[in-house]
Amino acid sequence: MVQYLASRLDDSFSALSDATRRGVLEQLGRSDASISELAEKFQMTLTGMKKHVGVLEKAGLVTTEKVGRVRTCRLGRRELEEEAAWIERYRRIWDARFDDLDTVVEELKQKEKIHGRKRE
Amino acid sequence: MDGRESETAPMNNRATVERTSDREVVVTRTFDAPARLLFEAWTKAELFARWWVPKSMGMTLLACDLDVRVGGKYRLAFAQEASAPAEFFGRYIEVTPYSRLAWTNEEGGSDGSVTTVTFEEHGGKTLLVVHDLYASKEALGAAGTGAADAMVETFAQLDELLLTLDADERRS
Repeated sequence: MVQYLASRLDDSFSALSDATRRGVLEQLGRSDASISELAEKFQMTLTGMKKHVGVLEKAGLVTTEKVGRVRTCRLGRRELEEEAAWIERYRRIWDARFDDLDTVVEELKQKEKIHGRKRE
Repeated sequence: MDGRESETAPMNNRATVERTSDREVVVTRTFDAPARLLFEAWTKAELFARWWVPKSMGMTLLACDLDVRVGGKYRLAFAQEASAPAEFFGRYIEVTPYSRLAWTNEEGGSDGSVTTVTFEEHGGKTLLVVHDLYASKEALGAAGTGAADAMVETFAQLDELLLTLDADERRS
């Protein structure tokens, strides 16, 4: 599960490294849109936009659904939240470690105050 | 993120976690202590064992052997509830007293990540930077977060517990 999330996170970061794709996400944040609408908005060929949407979809940032001849794209919000949560958990591990490290270091400081600095 | 932050005192000393590239994760935090003492806490096994696996995690450190010199080996073993002990090991590749430490993480094979820790002292405080570099983007995906893997799961459980406690508190 963790490995899966880490690899997904990786896909997301690659997906987000492109300005057009970030723009597409922003656009989809306002409303769902079809591939052709997106292509028009970003002045791009249909094929080019399909590629971008494909990358976003693979990263789980966007979901698409084809109804008739129109493919509608929407934000995959759940995945974004999952990834933010992954980073947040990682940070909390380190926070917990560092809180205990604070205690250890504080003790060392006190010891030094009492016994003076040791010669190494 | 939500309205709760403003009700509590400002968070002091939270660690910052950043993915700086598709192969790197960087954790930063400032400590109110000279680099010399922090370095000691990272390099003396009996001190390291007291904080690397935080008490709040419900995990026990079974073994912690650190031979902190270039080429020296380390080995850590944790006991986890309901699963086999997890072991982490590797070699120190850089040891510069009070300023820099680097080691390999070889539990997943020889192509593991490299962890570099730097200690920068400014006016009695120390900026600590923990940098994990993976051999490739795929390796990062496959390796997860190294020693932190098991703890991420523990934290998922803790999250659930905290949600329950939070809900209880709201009710009373």
